Amino acid sequence: MGDVFRALADPTRRRILDELTERDGQTLFEICSRLATKYRLASSRQAISQHLAVLEDAGVVESRKEGRYKFHYIHTGPLERIADRWVSPGRPEASDEDPPDQRARR
Amino acid sequence: MKIHLTSVLVDDQEKALRFYTDVLGFEKKADVPLGEHRWLTVTSPGDPDGTELLLEPDAHPAAGPFKEALVGDGIPWTSFAVDDVRSDYERLKDLGVTFTQEPTDMGPVTTAVLDDTCGNLIQIAEMRETG
Repeated sequence: MGDVFRALADPTRRRILDELTERDGQTLFEICSRLATKYRLASSRQAISQHLAVLEDAGVVESRKEGRYKFHYIHTGPLERIADRWVSPGRPEASDEDPPDQRARR
Repeated sequence: MKIHLTSVLVDDQEKALRFYTDVLGFEKKADVPLGEHRWLTVTSPGDPDGTELLLEPDAHPAAGPFKEALVGDGIPWTSFAVDDVRSDYERLKDLGVTFTQEPTDMGPVTTAVLDDTCGNLIQIAEMRETG
């Protein structure tokens, strides 16, 4: 699985997540149209497709084939784990990555 | 020079004629037998001398993969102008039409994307602002 922080480190990819938050389940065409008309992001369809691949690899976007169409959905699981780790660290599932010093003490 | 004819590649001309007339509301203009297919066109309602849309068979071997790839990415190759996208969306939804994009404001236009049941996605667009 790709690095969620790297996936979020790009403004276009954050915009894609913004748009999927507004309406979940969009075709590539709709995502491209929204980025072009709302933010004047003139990226090529191929570039947006690659951004989506990075987001998918990091687990924050999920694409599903429904019949002949393919829709993209936001998947907030990895983002919730970030919040659990630093915002509400008491929760049992808080971290899937132990700090190095704790690992050494085991 | 002016644009008088454009076409959509359809998998079945009779089915296409029903969808483009009964559902979308266009009017049949030309219907000429042409070998195993027909020269079949429709025009906008009330504008028989306007631009014709040819319902062209997608028999060419390249047409299938081309249409499939466009549909997979949600890309409408053809766009029609409407006065009110949201009311057409509701009307067509009630008639059982599938949309891959609900009405969405895209800058000066509001658009939606529907499936024409003949292998194509069609955009309907409403200009909200001029200039």
